[in-house]
Amino acid sequence: MSSELNLDYSLLTPEFCLAGLAALILALDLFVDDFRKSWLPYVAAAGLAAVLALSLGWVNKESDFAGLLSVDNYTTFFRVFFMATAAVVALVSAQFVQDKLRHPGEYYALLVLSTIGAIYMAASRELLTAYISLELLSFCLFVLVSYAKHERRSNEGGLKYMLLGAFASAILLYGISMIYGTSGSTFYADIAAAYAGDTSAFDLALLLGLVMVLAGLGFKVAAVPFHMWTPDAYEGAPLPITAYLSATSKVAGFALLLRLFSGAFMPVLDDWQWIVAALAAMTMVLGNLVALQQHNIKRLLAYSSIGQVGYMLMAIAALSAATSSALLLHMTGYVITNLAAFTCIIAWYNLTGRDEISGFRGMAERTPLLAAALTAALFSLSGMPLFAGFFTKFMLFQAVADEGFLWLTVIAVVMSFVSLYYYLLVIREIYVSKPEEGEERLPVPALISGLTVALTIGVFYVGIFPRHLLDVAEEATKLLFA
Amino acid sequence: MQSGYILLATIAVPLFAAVALLFVPSRHKDAIRAFSVAVGFALFGLSLYAFFAYQLSQVEQYQFDMRWMWIENVGILGENGITLHLGIDGIGAAMLLLTGIVTFAGTLISAKIDYRNKDYFILLFLLVAGVFGVFASLDLFFWFFFYELAVLPMYLLIAVWGSSSVFSTFARTKEYSAMKLTMVLVGASVLIFIGIFAVFVEAGLGTFDLPTLYEVEFDENFQKIIFPLFMLGCGVLAGLWPFHTWSPDGHVAAPTAVSMLHAGVLMKLGAFGIIRLGMQLLPEGAEFWMPVLIILGTINVLYGAISAMAQTDFKYMVGYSSVSHMGYVLMGLATMNAVGVNGAVLQMFSHGVMTALMFAMVGSLYDQAHTRELAAFGGLVKRMPHFVAFFSIAGLASLGLPGFSGFVAEFNIFLGVFRTYPALGALGILGAAITAVYILRMMARAFFGPENDKWESLQDLSRVEYAGGAVLIAFIILMGVYPSPFVDRIADSVLRIPGIG
Repeated sequence: MSSELNLDYSLLTPEFCLAGLAALILALDLFVDDFRKSWLPYVAAAGLAAVLALSLGWVNKESDFAGLLSVDNYTTFFRVFFMATAAVVALVSAQFVQDKLRHPGEYYALLVLSTIGAIYMAASRELLTAYISLELLSFCLFVLVSYAKHERRSNEGGLKYMLLGAFASAILLYGISMIYGTSGSTFYADIAAAYAGDTSAFDLALLLGLVMVLAGLGFKVAAVPFHMWTPDAYEGAPLPITAYLSATSKVAGFALLLRLFSGAFMPVLDDWQWIVAALAAMTMVLGNLVALQQHNIKRLLAYSSIGQVGYMLMAIAALSAATSSALLLHMTGYVITNLAAFTCIIAWYNLTGRDEISGFRGMAERTPLLAAALTAALFSLSGMPLFAGFFTKFMLFQAVADEGFLWLTVIAVVMSFVSLYYYLLVIREIYVSKPEEGEERLPVPALISGLTVALTIGVFYVGIFPRHLLDVAEEATKLLFA
Repeated sequence: MQSGYILLATIAVPLFAAVALLFVPSRHKDAIRAFSVAVGFALFGLSLYAFFAYQLSQVEQYQFDMRWMWIENVGILGENGITLHLGIDGIGAAMLLLTGIVTFAGTLISAKIDYRNKDYFILLFLLVAGVFGVFASLDLFFWFFFYELAVLPMYLLIAVWGSSSVFSTFARTKEYSAMKLTMVLVGASVLIFIGIFAVFVEAGLGTFDLPTLYEVEFDENFQKIIFPLFMLGCGVLAGLWPFHTWSPDGHVAAPTAVSMLHAGVLMKLGAFGIIRLGMQLLPEGAEFWMPVLIILGTINVLYGAISAMAQTDFKYMVGYSSVSHMGYVLMGLATMNAVGVNGAVLQMFSHGVMTALMFAMVGSLYDQAHTRELAAFGGLVKRMPHFVAFFSIAGLASLGLPGFSGFVAEFNIFLGVFRTYPALGALGILGAAITAVYILRMMARAFFGPENDKWESLQDLSRVEYAGGAVLIAFIILMGVYPSPFVDRIADSVLRIPGIG
């Protein structure tokens, strides 16, 4: 560690702005009358978009804040990623929050604040900073999941998420202390330097530390066997928060994992590689197989997102520059697709109040646009061509196979074949089942239509012209392996 | 003029047609029909042009060569990582023409579709784009991309516009058949997917370009391990026994034009894949595994023919006869000699037009009679003379009567098989005999037998059916009496497949 610390606070401007935005939202909520409250989601989204534009100023710049946080292309990539996601979620939430939840101010403020946690998870280069960022994200999510406080499911999901989450945090912290004990530092670079030498003196403690860190982070990203909270939290949470959980919370976990494992643990690759590979295999298999039996669209997507985590974990197991950029590509495609799917599901829920899979019957007749977009999203998730899923999966799997993990790829391909079955069951309800007598076409709000079209175009764009995104992902991950 | 843009157009035209249809309000059903038929005709014209502009005795193996850089030098990809590389050899030219013919006939027949016909044509064109893409691609990534694209719309096409079959002891709902077909085909493509990964890693060149990969000499053991992945993965789509059961169920449940395209063209993708990915990429693996393929192919022929004989339903009979006829294709490929492989490709074309015609005719009958029960019909020739004539031509071609396309193809295949495995050749001919039995029996009973008064109201072929059928028949007869345009193109390309002697 260099003796002179760089304390250039301007590096953190986007996050200061986000904190300010959250405060502004709370203030507006507090002091301005009810009519203005319906504007909160748009204030949040516009604010996020503005900060997003601001954060583009750091493209291709590289510097760090006191060795704790890096502001580089990797961080910039995730700044853009998380702010864009939060903005979409804020827009999708608008009607849902108005109809079904109270206290919109805190809802949007927490959404914005959680983004800060997610960004710093990607930016941190020190274990405790990473831990605190993770907690910042988690605490916001604990509250948001249980936001529908008069619904028992929401309470149940929130409680489960919080108790298990606290437990996982404790394990993670214990793991961090083991890492500190064996390496003498909490800075990624110093840990790597310490582990680059002979580690035989503290083999067991190191292994224990790694296992605990993996367990703690595995909980956050919902890897099997630490996934138990996921279906309940997904089902209980307000729908837009379910979308948010499946996007930001997961991706932030992987952003942290990627920087941590490439920055600190590369020298002891042999110690953890097989554990991550085993986790990946279990996660893919269990997530996809259990998804087959679900009747509720939220639980279905919960389990399918667990399956997706398995694919992403493969990239950590086969860690290299190529798999990292493929992982970023896949996560981007996955999040765009998932947001498209959730936008349709939320709009359908707002219109009909149905979230069972059988409740999607007649969607093609009643809301043709949403039906087509949801179908495209589901095909994309199962990895069909023209859509994002095909290319991102292809690149990810091929990169993993290239690192010598052909067996993992085989499991992944078989499992994504399995996933097609349960997505087709939803598509069957949408297109084949006829609406019931007297169910007419439903009006979809213009905002939702626009958002759906935009996200669907995104799904096609990543699927057909992925070159640009792949280049960006490559730029973002290059410095991890410098 | 030989430009790769012709091939690109065959893919782009249906894709853009699908996009354009998105913007047409779905209430203009007639406009949608007219537009779709026009697109079908354009594709027919393009494929016809590509076929006849293909030059014989050229030095280059692939003509109409074009390349669009898609992604390179990033991540695992090296130079020429993934390119939209298009080009056809004689085999590709024949398949392209087949696709054009069946697509045109299919869009004509689809004019009968009334329920949500906009969505129907969008999905149909996606399928067609995928099929053209597979036949024209010389890049492993895009080959697989288009392969999956061709399977993608099948579920909805069958489940929404298809029909269920109810028999006395069991029923096959269209949802069931659609799911079965999709899952079996995508499941099989998992094997291809794994094979592609393995080939890419083993070659270590960072490119998916097929001609580049053809230059690589893969380790013999590697070839022996990976070839069966391609053989089974593609074979399932070609109706390989014992993985053929999706085919009769799926084809029966599908709407007429989809059955035509699927049995007529998509099953050929499987056989085409065995040539492109299997034999050309892994020749030693092919040599090692071909005895297995020829045995499975023989079982296909006999099993399919016997099953067809036992069917009580028109469409199931045609479905099983497809399984049987695709068996000849597999047998021909497995001979690994020039005559046999030649015959296999000819049979791919011949069976494509012939089975498309059969499905079109069955569809025409079912739309009016609302039953496909073989025993329910009799003396149809009085009410529907043109229908009977068309169907009989398809039937006679299918049993290999000289003068029709089937004869040319099967003759070559038998010649090839007798050179390598005489005993299996005899079984193959037995299969042809069984085919004659069930085709002639069907004609005797349903077409020419005693007239059944119940069917007084039946009308003969409608204009679109007449037109679609006539196009198909033209090619059945053309290939039967003047096969040299086909043979010239195919034979030269077959000789360039490694290991063909």
